This record gives sequence, structure tokens and C-alpha cells, in this order.
Amino acid sequence: MSVAPKRDDYDVVVIGAGPAGLAAAATSAEAGLSTLLLDENIGPGGQVFRAISSTPVTDRNQLGADYWVGADLVQSLRASNAEVIQRATVWSLDRNLDIAVSIGGASAFVKAKRVILATGALERPFPIPGWTLPGVMTAGAAQTMLKSSALVPDGRTVIAGQGPLLWLLAAQILRLGGRIDRILDTTERGNYFAALPHAFAFLTSPYFAKGLSMMREVKAKVQVVSGVTELAASGDGQLASVSYVAGGKRETIPADLLLLHQGVVPNVNLAMAAGIEHRWDDLQLCWSPVLDASGNSSVAGIAIAGDGAGIGGANAAVVRGRIAARAAVEALAPAAAANLPAMATLRSDLAKAERGRLFLDTLFRPAPQFRIPSGDTIVCRCEEVTAKDVLDSVAIGATGPNQLKAYRRTGMGPCQGRLCGLTVTELMAQARGKTPQDIGYYRLRAPVKPIMLAELAAVPKSEADVKAVVRG
Amino acid sequence: MFRRSEQDERPQVQIFVDGVAVAARQGDTVSAALLASGQDARRSTAVSGAPRLPYCMMGVCFDCLVTIDGVGNRQGCLVPVAEGMQIEIQKGKREIGK
Repeated sequence: MSVAPKRDDYDVVVIGAGPAGLAAAATSAEAGLSTLLLDENIGPGGQVFRAISSTPVTDRNQLGADYWVGADLVQSLRASNAEVIQRATVWSLDRNLDIAVSIGGASAFVKAKRVILATGALERPFPIPGWTLPGVMTAGAAQTMLKSSALVPDGRTVIAGQGPLLWLLAAQILRLGGRIDRILDTTERGNYFAALPHAFAFLTSPYFAKGLSMMREVKAKVQVVSGVTELAASGDGQLASVSYVAGGKRETIPADLLLLHQGVVPNVNLAMAAGIEHRWDDLQLCWSPVLDASGNSSVAGIAIAGDGAGIGGANAAVVRGRIAARAAVEALAPAAAANLPAMATLRSDLAKAERGRLFLDTLFRPAPQFRIPSGDTIVCRCEEVTAKDVLDSVAIGATGPNQLKAYRRTGMGPCQGRLCGLTVTELMAQARGKTPQDIGYYRLRAPVKPIMLAELAAVPKSEADVKAVVRG
Repeated sequence: MFRRSEQDERPQVQIFVDGVAVAARQGDTVSAALLASGQDARRSTAVSGAPRLPYCMMGVCFDCLVTIDGVGNRQGCLVPVAEGMQIEIQKGKREIGK
């Protein structure tokens, strides 16, 4: 089943087949550039268009029109000459634009003239007490199962957190006949006032009407508790109950499934491992790459498009994919760029797609107590390191996330910091009275996903390669 | 925890979970099939032995690690089921030779 790349060299390699990657690969291939699209999932679509070519949820109203936009993107890609490989995990990208990719247990190596990273976003860590219990998952996880396997929550289900995805998921679960017992809204009351100055742009964006109707749809059927200021999951080896505080009152409810969500953040691992400069974004509370208006990063030849470039949502991701691809075409085959939409048009499309984002970012900026845990709450799920462990290490001299690895192995488990990195940065910054920018992040390196040693050992090597490491 | 929507008409695929036959559907990931099966699919961690189930379902959290056809530490959320696939719930570290 697994097929290695057909060539060793490509004009453009796009990594990730979500909205940005699909648009970028189609644009690049249509302009005549040799284009390879590598994606880790079983099918194209990324997270937002997950299982777009295979979903068993065929009633189009259930997943909504915004989802089915993905089908057109996949169709454009298929109509182009782009080479597409699914279940391909890119584990290395460097400054020479050399790419290592694992496909079906074997690694292949390709070189690109331009790379467009479209590795998207992942859900922000939600480190509350008990978040590692079986039965606690992300809202995105439930949505993935809903889209790709038409699976819906069945037992006593609680959804907690904030942000547009939470309401979309709730609406989709209800439409498919799933069960939701309660929604615990953690949006900070003060955020409503903070977001007010940005309300006009939001009110005149398409998000407003859609968001409002979805919230109405959900609130008609589910009890929603707003102003939740504390949240904890408990149970013995399995989730049994969720307790929360709202309006100063604590309540505990039995639960079989708790779905958590407090927004998404760029998936930075591959970009950082390639040496791309990132800065702390104090509004979105995450690391974002430093990019020019065409998505070009600090490493020559590598552009980033989509939510990996800073969270902008699916519509913005598509346009950013087209902008990055157009920039690649301008650089490699200027004559072919004439047939593509003008850069000015694309930039105006992007401004339109980003309308209302500032309001959403401000309104749904997660509260400190849900980002920076304390006591026995687990920070690093892989190595099972608690907030207290991290603070104890700071007390005896750990200065930042990198040093903390030597003390506690945080970020050194299989997820490579994806589920703890932001928490560790913010926790250490707070403990040391510094900014997250000053505290920094883990130094990420290839392989950015674990691969078998045998797979590395099986890589073809020249006599010079062997000589470089063998003595005598 | 999860149930299948009636509209799902995908063909069945039989997999085995610790030797027990489980009906999955074509296109399910191993993790989705396990969560839909109603069986106890909790792995235990390599560090403390704590029980876990998949958390993110999108390839980033590694809480879905499972032994598939004799190979340990596979991310069950990224692997599609196949007829006759042998799944073992992984307890603790990956074993040598698996």
C-alpha cells in the first residue's frame, strides 16, 4: 500500500494536507511546479476537514456547509498533478530543505527547492486535576471520531472549556443523536469587556451569525453553566465525576466522558526543529513563527501557511496556502505566476477571512488557572511530571524548559512537548518572574516523531557515511 | 463511552483485541475501533503504570500507544483497521522483540 516518493527532488514539498496544504499543493501543481504533498493521516483534510473523502456522515447538514468546503479543495488537488502521499510522517526538515519521511515503516529522503509547512494546529493543553484519566479527552478527539467513524458520546457526557470549536462540536454531537449532559463554559467574564472594542469587526464577519445560531441550537437542548472558574476530573483508574465552581458554588456531577477544549495553538515541532524563529504571542498565548507577508520564515526557502503560521481558522488557512504557493511560483517559475490570482487579491481575501479573529482571540483567551496548574496536577503527561515537580526544580535552579529536561525529563517522552510545552513555559515564567519569551521553549530536534532505530539503520549509506562514524 | 450512529453503513472489518474478535468498520482507526468496542482498552503507562485511553485522536498525545500485529508503541489513532488485525493492549513499556 505504501508508496515512496517518485522522485528525489521536487520544486515544492508541502507538508500537511489540511486546508492550507491542500490549497498550496493544488496551486503549486497547477502552475506546473513539481509538487509533493506529504500527510500523516489516512486521508486528506487535516483536522477541520477530517475524513472529508470517506466520512460515513453523509447527511450534509449534520457536519455543516463549512465542512464540505473541504471536498472542493480535495477535488482541486486531485485534478492537479500534485503527487500525494498519505500516512507519511515527516520526521526531519533542515536548513538545506532536505526532508526525511517515514512511509510504511521505511524512511525516504527528498529535497525541495521550496517547502511549505502546513502542519496546522493542535489543541491547547488543558492541565486540570485528573486530565490524564481514561474518559477525559479533547473536544477535537470526539470530533475526529464523529467525522471519521460517525461515533457519538453515549454515556454521561460533559463538555468543558471555551471557544468556537466547543459549540460546533456540541451541535454536531446533538445532530447525530449523541448525548451531552452539561456544558461548562470557562470563558472569563472580564473577557467580554476586553473583547468589546473588537466587536464591530466580529459582528460584520460571517462568524457572528453562525456562532449565534449554533449556540442557540445547543442551549435549547443542553444545560450550559457559564462562568466556570475551577474544574477537576476524578475517578479511580477511570473518570467517575467532574467537579466545578461557578459563581462561587462548587458542584460535582457523575460523568463517563469529559471533553476538554480551550482553543488551538500552532503545531510548532517541525518548524522549530528546522530552526525557524518563533516569538511568543501574548494574545494567542502560544509560539508563532516570524513570517513575512507571503509566509516566508527565517529559514530561506521554507514558508509556513495555515494555523501553524498563527491561528486564523480554516478560511484564512486556505488563503495563506495560496499565498505561500504563489510566492513559491513567483520565485521558481515567474511566468507561470501570471495565471494565478494576483497577490493583492489574495491579501484582500486573507484580510476578509481574518475579520473578527481579534475579537475571538480576546474573548476566548483562556484564564490563567486553566493554563498554569499547581500542586499534584500533571503537566507532562508522558513523563508524569506534576506542577509541584516543576516548581521544585525551579527552586533548585532550573532556569527554563531546556534545563528542566535534565531535572525531570519533561518534554522528553514520545509527544516531545506537544502536550506540556506551553504549560511548562508559562509555569516557569510565572515562577521566575519572567516573560514566556525570555523563558523560551524546548530545543526541538529531529526526529520530530519517534521512529524505530531499525528504520534509521536500514537507511542506505555510502562508504563515507560509514567511515564518518566507524573507528579503525 | 461512544456508540455508532445508525447512518454508518460502512462494511464491517473483524479485528482481534487480546484475542477477542471485535467488529470494527472499514475506515476506523485502531483507536476509534477500540473506543467503540465497549471493551476495556486502557493501556498502562511506562512510567507509573497508570491507566490511559486515547486523549487527542490526532497523532500528538501518544496515549493511544498499542501493539498492532506484534509491533509495539504504534499510535493507534493513525493506523486504519484491517481484516484479521491482531491488537494487544500495551501494558507498560514496549517489550523487546515487539
